[in-house]
Amino acid sequence: MASLWEYANPKKFIATSDRVLPYLGGLALVCLVVGLSWGFWFTPEDFRQGHSVKIIYLHVPSAFMAINVWIMMLVASLIWIVRRHHVSALAARAAAPVGAVMTVIALATGAIWGQPIWGTWWVWDPRLTSFLILFLFYLGYMALWAAIEDDDTAADLTAVLCLVGSVFALLSRYAVIFWNQGLHQGASLSLDKEENVADVFYFPLLVCIAGFVFLFLTLVLLRTQTEIRARRMRALQARERLG
Amino acid sequence: MIALLTRDLRLALRAGGGFGLGLAFFLIVVVMVPFAVGPRADLLSSIAAGVLWIGALLACLLSLDRIFALDWEDGSLDLLATSPIPLEGLVSIKALAHWLTTGLPLVAAAPVLAVMLNLPPQGFMPLIISLLLGTPALSVIGTFGAALTVGIKRGGLLLSLLVLPLYVPTLIFGAEAARRGADGLDITTPLAFLAGITCGTIALLPFASAAVLRINLR
Repeated sequence: MASLWEYANPKKFIATSDRVLPYLGGLALVCLVVGLSWGFWFTPEDFRQGHSVKIIYLHVPSAFMAINVWIMMLVASLIWIVRRHHVSALAARAAAPVGAVMTVIALATGAIWGQPIWGTWWVWDPRLTSFLILFLFYLGYMALWAAIEDDDTAADLTAVLCLVGSVFALLSRYAVIFWNQGLHQGASLSLDKEENVADVFYFPLLVCIAGFVFLFLTLVLLRTQTEIRARRMRALQARERLG
Repeated sequence: MIALLTRDLRLALRAGGGFGLGLAFFLIVVVMVPFAVGPRADLLSSIAAGVLWIGALLACLLSLDRIFALDWEDGSLDLLATSPIPLEGLVSIKALAHWLTTGLPLVAAAPVLAVMLNLPPQGFMPLIISLLLGTPALSVIGTFGAALTVGIKRGGLLLSLLVLPLYVPTLIFGAEAARRGADGLDITTPLAFLAGITCGTIALLPFASAAVLRINLR
């Protein structure tokens, strides 16, 4: 029976991801084009916020991804620690810069949105602050990967950092709520709540989120392939020097 | 284990550089603040608690890379790792030694510097209590960071990038308690959270530190 762990074999992983990648990329493109143009041109303007509400189609998906990329890295790190599949460690490494960029997009679009609506680019609001801290975690994680030469040591150390960092990121999340009450609204996309964003905004937003997910998957698969190939090249070079 | 603790303490006291340096750094950071924000007494007294917490945190950070670096360089870390003490115990002792040589002097120096920053009188006790409760967490978290970066040459900058985000919760609750104390408010809630973080890190982080140390010694 085919199991998920088959893809721990780099060769199999590259072959399969090569086949999947064009579809994923296409889906990402279609979803983003449809979602963004639907959102930008075919939704009404919010009666209080005017047209500045449209930045929601970038802000919410990127914020959603910023957190979920970290969770994906956490899962990949756990798989690496438990089962020691190199592809998993490389996938975690490949995801980190994407997650960091998502965090920056969320912060930047949030600032641009906040300027006309709240009248300020930045406030020390719990949500904003915890995203900033999350960004710092991404930076530290990437810096640690870059600093260590030996691949396996780097994978091990960053995996432990990811685990410990997750706990502390969660702690910080609740600490900043205690520390300051903010301007940012609470969750308004939950499936189980009465009061959500109105449907006209909700559906294009869902398409945009799907587009961001597909975009992320495409980028991670591509970057993981690159990492695998780079490592293979280093191994070949090392063999050549020896032989 | 006690022998290891006394060895570390003796090294910190006699080898120079480590023990007094953190304290001197704390002093200098705090002295720089009035130059930067101006000497107005009311302004200083409102920011004193936060400044003292930041100063203590930075002074703590500065001395972290010494926890393992010297032992790593002369090879005694390998010997310690092969000794009968479990590695978890070793890192706990290292963290304790770091706290005794850095955290505790900082707590002792803080009231003096608080006078210079014009901290309101009712704020002294909360400041000392919050530092006393919070600095052990700083040492334990810092030991984890030091264990992570022990094999890296010139890891100091990387160490601060890794450790400072981990310090966020401790700083928030510690400084919150000190600030509330200075304003004459109730401080039990942030203190309870702070104590919780300290106990949690002391209980759990040594395992993570020992794990990364094992990886680094491999």
